[in-house]
Amino acid sequence: MQFIRSFKFLILVSLLVLPIVFHQIGMSFYLDLATRLCILAIAAVGLNLILGYGGMISFGHAAYLGLGAYAVGIPAHHWLYGGLDFLATNNGFIHITIAVVISGLFAFLTGLICLKTKGVYFIMITMAFSQMAYYLFVSIEEYGSDDGLVINTRSEIPLINLDDPIQMFLVSFSSLIFFMWLVHLITKSNFGLILSGIKDNEARMVSLGYNVYLHKLIAFVFSGIICGFAGVLLGNFTTFISPEMIDWSRSGELMFMVILGGVATVMGPLFGAIVFVILEEVLSSITIYWHLPFGLLLIAVVLFFRGGLSSLLSK
Amino acid sequence: MANILEIKNLNKKFGGVIATKYLNLSILVGELHAIIGPNGAGKTTLISQIFGQIFPDSGQIFFQGTNVTRVPEYKKSRLGINRTFQITSVMKSLTVSENIQLATDTARENSFNFFTASNNQTTILKKIDFCLRQVGLIKAINQPVKSLSHGDCRKLEIAMALASDAQLLLLDEPMAGLGPTETNEMIALLKRLKGQQTILLIEHDMDAVFALADQISVLVSGEIIATGKPDSIRRNPKIQSAYLGGI
Ligand SMILES: Nc1ncnc2c1ncn2[C@@H]1O[C@H](COP(=O)(O)OP(=O)(O)O)[C@@H](O)[C@H]1O
Ligand SMILES: [Mg+2]
Repeated sequence: MQFIRSFKFLILVSLLVLPIVFHQIGMSFYLDLATRLCILAIAAVGLNLILGYGGMISFGHAAYLGLGAYAVGIPAHHWLYGGLDFLATNNGFIHITIAVVISGLFAFLTGLICLKTKGVYFIMITMAFSQMAYYLFVSIEEYGSDDGLVINTRSEIPLINLDDPIQMFLVSFSSLIFFMWLVHLITKSNFGLILSGIKDNEARMVSLGYNVYLHKLIAFVFSGIICGFAGVLLGNFTTFISPEMIDWSRSGELMFMVILGGVATVMGPLFGAIVFVILEEVLSSITIYWHLPFGLLLIAVVLFFRGGLSSLLSK
Repeated sequence: MANILEIKNLNKKFGGVIATKYLNLSILVGELHAIIGPNGAGKTTLISQIFGQIFPDSGQIFFQGTNVTRVPEYKKSRLGINRTFQITSVMKSLTVSENIQLATDTARENSFNFFTASNNQTTILKKIDFCLRQVGLIKAINQPVKSLSHGDCRKLEIAMALASDAQLLLLDEPMAGLGPTETNEMIALLKRLKGQQTILLIEHDMDAVFALADQISVLVSGEIIATGKPDSIRRNPKIQSAYLGGI
């Protein structure tokens, strides 16, 4: 027990310290990798709330990453090039507010419909809604259609300079820790217990008098908002957003991270994101068909150790 | 004494199958009323209608004088009716105490408590302790339900029904699948509950029913063919031939 706790702590400390050390000795590539990792891990933490703890297998969560990134890109675009004055700003707090409101609203409206379905239908319909977001952005020429939108100015936040890669990393890392803590808190709350009861035996929870649909909807909205926030960071990090980032295969990658790391665990999404980012680097340098071995690996995880990487630690 | 439950002319058909037929039933406050009848007689269907999981085609159900015929199930525990299931239905991946906790009114009323830890409220802890002692499952309090025997799962279901402060418990064959020792434990448990709570008990085990019930109704093909005290039911020749014949 003690050993496992120290191991998890060691991972977090390494994730914080090593990238900065590498950056200082001129290997900035690793800092960028770690920033991307943290951002993807935040999205995975958000997805884990519904997939892991709530048993809702959403195949459309990349949409929220995209919405969050466009919530930076679109106001910044107008701020630099004019038009839509009410929207034009490079204020980071406004970017975050827009991202939270839009992704929360998207989760609420699509959740109203998706959560009427179960199983494979739920997976398909969440994917369908995210593809709608995909085609929406493809169709807007002003924001680059499928070529995407270059974000020429990062979000302005007092005392923080996101142009500095170390600060960008630190913001991403501390956001990750914050959301891991927040989701942990939610899952240990009364609401969280109800959510795991629903995952286990929905019919029984209805008999016990719970409004199952409403609880799922709230979790779904929370989850979407967390991914939307990750999108704000992603937009600032890559300074570029395109519909391709919303594509269903991106949603699949988020699912992979959660399942690979171990559903319904605090550290699982982070483990999943670490392995994903490393594998992506290694495999994609060997072959452009890296999704194939990756997919096979995921199937192996699902078949042979259902608890994901976290279960190896808790044994 | 007043009726806690009153059913008037209840009818329910599934396609061509008549599951409930002009059924009338009254249950007094505090009594243990047993319903016996062969498989497929419509016992479970009757409980499901009282609990609002399915609605009758016609007829009325009154609970404490209020018409609750079309009140859906998720509102029933709030009103004070609770049920257990013929086929055990609990949250297997959670612990025993978490299952009870979910069954309490406190947990339901604090549904939207997102950030405060759920497992340290004194009222809930007391309740969990009380319910588990009632059914004799206190030693398993922190065990995952997965690891419980079938008999202990049946007890857990009763404990969950107790947790919600219901005035009326609907128990659907609590002895189903139990061995002789466990059956005796369950009978002893129900004896203890009797008097504290009004219970509608559906049961196959005749010894259990005659040992426990204040009133017995005999249900055959959706119809109640007799209601009375255990003695009169035992002596009723009509029932002997229709149902008790084989015993
Ligand atoms: N949901 C349903 N759909 C169709 N037929 C049903 C359904 N539920 C019960 N029945 C039928 O109604 C009759 C009564 O069933 P049930 O109430 O389960 O009997 P019991 O609990 O007395 O064994 C049976 O013939 C059963 O097949
Ligand atoms: Mg039955």
